[in-house]
Amino acid sequence: MGYRKTEIWKTVDWFTIILYLLMIVAGWFTICGASFEFDSVGLFDISGRPGFQLMWLGISLVVVFVILMLESDFFDVFAYLIYAAVIVLLIATIFLAPDTKGSHSWLKFGSFSIQPAEFAKFATALAVAKFMNSYGFQLTTIKNFSITLALIFLPMICIVLQKETGSALVYLAFFLMLYRVGMSGYILLAGVCAVAFFVTTMKFSEVVVGATAMGELIVSSLILAIVLILVAVVRRDRMAFQVILIGTAVAYLGGYITSLFVPVNFAWIAMGLIGLVVIYLLYLSIRDWVWHYALIASFALGSLAFMYSVDYVFDEILEPHQQIRIKVSLGLEDDPSGAGYNVSQSKIAIGSGGLTGKGFLNGTQTKLKYVPEQDTDFIFCTVGEEQGFIGSSLVLILFGVFIIRLVVLSERQNSTFNRVYGYSVASIFFFHLAINVGMVTGLTPVIGIPLPFFSYGGSSLLGFTILLFIFLRLDASRRER
Amino acid sequence: MIIGAVVILVLIFIIRLFYLQVVENDYKAWADSNAFLKKTLYPSRGMIYDRNGKLLVYNQPAYDIMLIMREIQPFDTLDFCNILGITKEQFIKRIVEVKDRRQNPGYSSYVPQVFMNHLSAQECGVLQEKLYKFPGFYIQNRINRQYEYPYAAHVLGNIGQVDKKDLKRDSYYVQGDESGRAGVERSYENILRGEKGVEILLRDVHGRIKGRFNEGKSDVAPVSGKNLTLSIDMDLQAYGEKLMKNKVGSIVMIEPKTGEVLCLVSSPNYDPGLLVGRQRGKNHKMLADNPDKPLIDRSITGFYPPGSTFKPTQGLIFLQEGVITTETMYTCAHGYTFRGGKPACHGHPSPLSLIPALATSCNSFFCWGLHDMLDSRRRYPTVQDAFDVWKNHLVSMGYGYALGIDLPGEKRGYIPNSKVYDKVHKGRWNSSTVISIAIGQGEISATPLQICNLAATIANRGHFITPHVVKEIQDTPLDTLYTQKRYPTIDSKYYDIVAEGMRNAVLGGTCWRAAIPGIEVCGKTGTAENPHGKDHSAFIGFAPYKNPKVAICVYVQNGGFGAAFGVPIGKLMMELYLKGEIAPEDKMLEEQISNTVVTSENIYSLVDRGL
Repeated sequence: MGYRKTEIWKTVDWFTIILYLLMIVAGWFTICGASFEFDSVGLFDISGRPGFQLMWLGISLVVVFVILMLESDFFDVFAYLIYAAVIVLLIATIFLAPDTKGSHSWLKFGSFSIQPAEFAKFATALAVAKFMNSYGFQLTTIKNFSITLALIFLPMICIVLQKETGSALVYLAFFLMLYRVGMSGYILLAGVCAVAFFVTTMKFSEVVVGATAMGELIVSSLILAIVLILVAVVRRDRMAFQVILIGTAVAYLGGYITSLFVPVNFAWIAMGLIGLVVIYLLYLSIRDWVWHYALIASFALGSLAFMYSVDYVFDEILEPHQQIRIKVSLGLEDDPSGAGYNVSQSKIAIGSGGLTGKGFLNGTQTKLKYVPEQDTDFIFCTVGEEQGFIGSSLVLILFGVFIIRLVVLSERQNSTFNRVYGYSVASIFFFHLAINVGMVTGLTPVIGIPLPFFSYGGSSLLGFTILLFIFLRLDASRRER
Repeated sequence: MIIGAVVILVLIFIIRLFYLQVVENDYKAWADSNAFLKKTLYPSRGMIYDRNGKLLVYNQPAYDIMLIMREIQPFDTLDFCNILGITKEQFIKRIVEVKDRRQNPGYSSYVPQVFMNHLSAQECGVLQEKLYKFPGFYIQNRINRQYEYPYAAHVLGNIGQVDKKDLKRDSYYVQGDESGRAGVERSYENILRGEKGVEILLRDVHGRIKGRFNEGKSDVAPVSGKNLTLSIDMDLQAYGEKLMKNKVGSIVMIEPKTGEVLCLVSSPNYDPGLLVGRQRGKNHKMLADNPDKPLIDRSITGFYPPGSTFKPTQGLIFLQEGVITTETMYTCAHGYTFRGGKPACHGHPSPLSLIPALATSCNSFFCWGLHDMLDSRRRYPTVQDAFDVWKNHLVSMGYGYALGIDLPGEKRGYIPNSKVYDKVHKGRWNSSTVISIAIGQGEISATPLQICNLAATIANRGHFITPHVVKEIQDTPLDTLYTQKRYPTIDSKYYDIVAEGMRNAVLGGTCWRAAIPGIEVCGKTGTAENPHGKDHSAFIGFAPYKNPKVAICVYVQNGGFGAAFGVPIGKLMMELYLKGEIAPEDKMLEEQISNTVVTSENIYSLVDRGL
């Protein structure tokens, strides 16, 4: 055993560790930039945020060392126990945590506080990995799939109850992993479509151009586009593809010409097209006796039904104040003092960086507190403003290489436990990157989740470090399993 | 597939960043307007000195109270009004005025607006201490002009708030800025004003100042305006204004060699200190409403009949055109016999040649000359051609068009051309029709500056330099207009003859009283007939006869004979300038002139003719 503990430094993946170190160092300097006061004293003042973060970096490195020193079996053996402990902690947090800005997710210990939700990710990943590693596991069986979902949704529900919807959404990242290990791609597609349709319907529900209800038009057009792609990719049916494409083009053109004389609701044209496409696909399905066409048709119908039910539930069942809260929390309502303000200021900060940026500690927008949450969720603004297009692109490439490296590492794992855990880690980082940078650049709704290793906060830094280094520890001894 | 998704995601973000940071340019401007509070630093305006280095105009700090409407929060209005010594009604009225875009076209709730201007340090001090109580209000440093002497108001001019036209014309100005409104303050505005600087302060999301941007490295320091040295001799100017007290008219003195204006007196006048600061508007209205029209600078805008001071030009033209020689004699029988004794003349030997004609100011001589020039078809095919030759000579001498002095608003005087008479007399006219122009009456009018310029040209024996009141601009050469000689279309030798005539006028002619012991003074009186009232008294002269140092024109509206006011004022002015003091025996004369009141009924009819 002693032999392996010295060997760990040879077998561990140094490439990832170097990427990790690069990111935490860059992250720390960015926090310095974000929390720098023009008239303050020094960067290393322990009372300031850079000082605190430095302390957390130290703690993280100690934890890294401890994890690497542990037996690799440790995580397999204690996975459920860790998971159970975290769930208990999460539930306790709901009741024990004081109210901070409406959420109950922080446990205070004297002068510092931790957010248990950040540690639930690796626990959930461990539990799911252990469950899927069990003998004779088949994801496609209803029972196994349900238990897997339950393992994922349990912490998610706890976190929603803590009023931290953003952090809870991160658990959707596990579906990426599930897809990778055998879940049907249609489920993933359905999930992504549901989210996209929901957001689009909400966002454009009250936008009417001429006689056209834009929400319905856009979603219907999206459905048509996805059907078209499915026909082309899944069935490789060039004939059907062309028929639908030309039919759609002719219908829109006809609608446009008609609209010159009488007001036309293009949404109806789009929905009529969907109806025709469904009939056409069913015809093809029966003619060729291939059930894929019917499946695509049912997807189109289901999507349409989903859109209308979202509309109906939202407009008829929810109270106005609930509608507003949903819209604001999705970043759809332009609330000048809330989410809309954040995004516009964030875009201004990033946009003002230009090609090369304003230089370290020279950003004005972030330092003068125009961007809210500038050192936590909106930390990427500081990178954009001070390091410009070049600097922020480098950070994105760093993340891209990092995640790809994690995927590559996962691919080479011999055991299901390691592989599932690795994909979970990669998926979680991917989700964080996509949502956080998307939100800061105004591409996705504002969902308050941190940018790993950059956002200020001990819990998130420590949580991500543990998440990553358990995987590196597992990878280092993959040959033993 | 997952790797592909990661690559696509990163690419999407990079494209998005490229759009936000490189393609779209508006974000930078938004960021700047967010974070930067640009504070204008006003430069010190250039100072003005007289030709002997006496400080005439300088600056004194003043303070404007500015407000940014958007930043105002509820405050104790009563306290605010008490500090500034205004009533609440005044306060409300002023706010309404500021917000009214018709009165204040540049209004924006984001941009600082002037609430009250020109407060003294004491008035502003209390507010400065309590400013924190009144968010949205700021104190802006400004300057007030300070005048050392109560003279030369027309030359020095004044500054006042820029108007809509200025704002449109020159983007340098913003609402609330001041610029020169008259005098050299106006004509040398671009030199005196300097360059505004800017201090860039960082402002956080709550509007609090968080320090200087880039440690002040991006700030632009204001550049002080350049100083001006006038060619005006302030002692001479003051003395002239004293002599012209209670009279309407003008004194212009020029150094012939350089074209520098030594004094430019216009009477009535006012203390330039009246048009400073917060009293400016009130005082300006008072002066504008005054029936004496003290705001008008008669020396460069008055349309005066030059009278007999015009005769030298006639002698020059006749000599140049060969109408007469120095030997040519014309008869005079107490009048121009060709037209039955009109215009009339006074007793002197007859016949006489040009030099004695100038010395005695014989009207008939010049009428005969004009007759010979216009009515003889030997030289010119038509009367029109002859007249336009005559006119062009005068234009070359500086009449009929603005000379181009470096002061705003100079008028051109009036010299008719042949078309004017063709129109009036339907093409049938001759010298008798227009005869009064030969003696500087009738349609002819000129500004005192133009009349004085004639004296300077004669003093130079045939050239002049465009008169100007600024002698030196700090670190900047003068416009070449004010250094180049201008030559009238008359040969230099003829000027010698005219100069001799003017010398004789002092030696034993109409202006013998202009003689100053020890100095060879040359002069020419003028008594301009005034159909509306008493004649105008005029005088031109230069001295010394050889190598002249000064040329002068005095014009006293309704002063009567040229010898009554023009000559003694001219003498005293030249005496002071050339000798540095007034001889004791002339003190009586000085007292007498200074204390005489000449009422002028139609005080500015001449100015307003506006031909």
